[in-house]
Amino acid sequence: MSTATVQGSADGRIHRHVEHVMGMPISLALRGRHASSLAGREAWQTVINQLREVDLIFSTYREDSIINRLDRGELMIEECPPEVVEVLELGRQAEQVSDGAFSINLPPADGRHRLDPSGVVKGWAAQRASQFLAALDETDFCLSAGGDIVCHTALPDGAAWRIGIEDPHDPTSLIAMVPVRSGAVATSGTAHRGDHLLDPRTGQPPSGVASVSVIAESLTWADIDATAAYVQGRDAARWLQTRPIYGAFIVWADGTTTRLPTDLTSDHSTSEYTN
Amino acid sequence: MRRIVIWLASTVTIVVLLFGYHTSTDKTSSAATASSTSGPTASAGSQPSSPPSSSSSGSSGEGSSKITTYTGSVAQTRWGPVQVKITVRSGKIIKVTVLQQPNGNQKDAEINSYALPILIDETVQTQSANIDMVSGATVTSEGYAQSLQGALDEAGI
Repeated sequence: MSTATVQGSADGRIHRHVEHVMGMPISLALRGRHASSLAGREAWQTVINQLREVDLIFSTYREDSIINRLDRGELMIEECPPEVVEVLELGRQAEQVSDGAFSINLPPADGRHRLDPSGVVKGWAAQRASQFLAALDETDFCLSAGGDIVCHTALPDGAAWRIGIEDPHDPTSLIAMVPVRSGAVATSGTAHRGDHLLDPRTGQPPSGVASVSVIAESLTWADIDATAAYVQGRDAARWLQTRPIYGAFIVWADGTTTRLPTDLTSDHSTSEYTN
Repeated sequence: MRRIVIWLASTVTIVVLLFGYHTSTDKTSSAATASSTSGPTASAGSQPSSPPSSSSSGSSGEGSSKITTYTGSVAQTRWGPVQVKITVRSGKIIKVTVLQQPNGNQKDAEINSYALPILIDETVQTQSANIDMVSGATVTSEGYAQSLQGALDEAGI
């Protein structure tokens, strides 16, 4: 580690946990006072328990999930838990700000639109669950839900978490690093799942873009913005400039990259820089 | 006093990241190709009259354990001019010396310490990067064992 890194809290030692929920790995790095304390382990368990509850409600893979029953008309929205209303409202807002590039109503595969709020749920759930970690005093955490990350440092001047951005053309290596104290990083792309992200307006996969990473205050919106930008293909950077984000990193299909804001030392970006 | 130290450390982080672009262009590694086409020149600061000079203890023996120092050009940051010297051994920064630093006011220092500027460093390499977590396109549980994040969690560092 270079001497440039700001000093850490407590002993600075990082304790890690991993569990699999919702078909993806949930990874936690903790450091500081509760990195290895009972309170720290309990908070982690509470995070996992809440994510499991979220999965029971929202999983589109479970026939009996509330979201599937709602979609089949077996439940009315009034009969659903408040979380469902919250997530559907987020989906509505996301569709609105992205001009339909993001939608929780998937394009019809069998003649009918299907309700699938998965694109909202992951970021929202991880951000929401991270509150239990944020409640640990004098403790820094970095929580990843399948590659989408919430960072927090207890001290505003604590050591930043170093988030590696995976190379979409070679997922075994990194293409960039971004230091984050408190904030979120979400990446959308198709490196691990094939073309699973389609433009809901056309049903077609986006072209020209390989991955979009968004750095923002909350993972709820970082995740939505990354997905909505990715789906817009070559318009990803232009659209992201309209969003209230800290920054973004785009890898294009041809391997070139774009950073937002463009550069700290250049004059035009200094005025753009709002953090 | 503590705040000042922290502030300096933050400043150094910033400049090292900026400086990373210079060093990446000196190498023919994959990091250079991974960089954006606008990266290296855009981050060179506003005083191109003093390009980074490198003084090596030998010829450019990349990959060896030679110690090389690089003196950066003066970078105009939003906090004022900054210049650093870094010492590199085996491709890793082992020492950073601040030669010139902005005498910013307290307000600047506070802004700086609360939120790191979003500096996206495109010079990282998987093996040498000191990374806490990996952000990537949705990692599934099936793919996790082979993923970088899996390796990080396994290493437990």
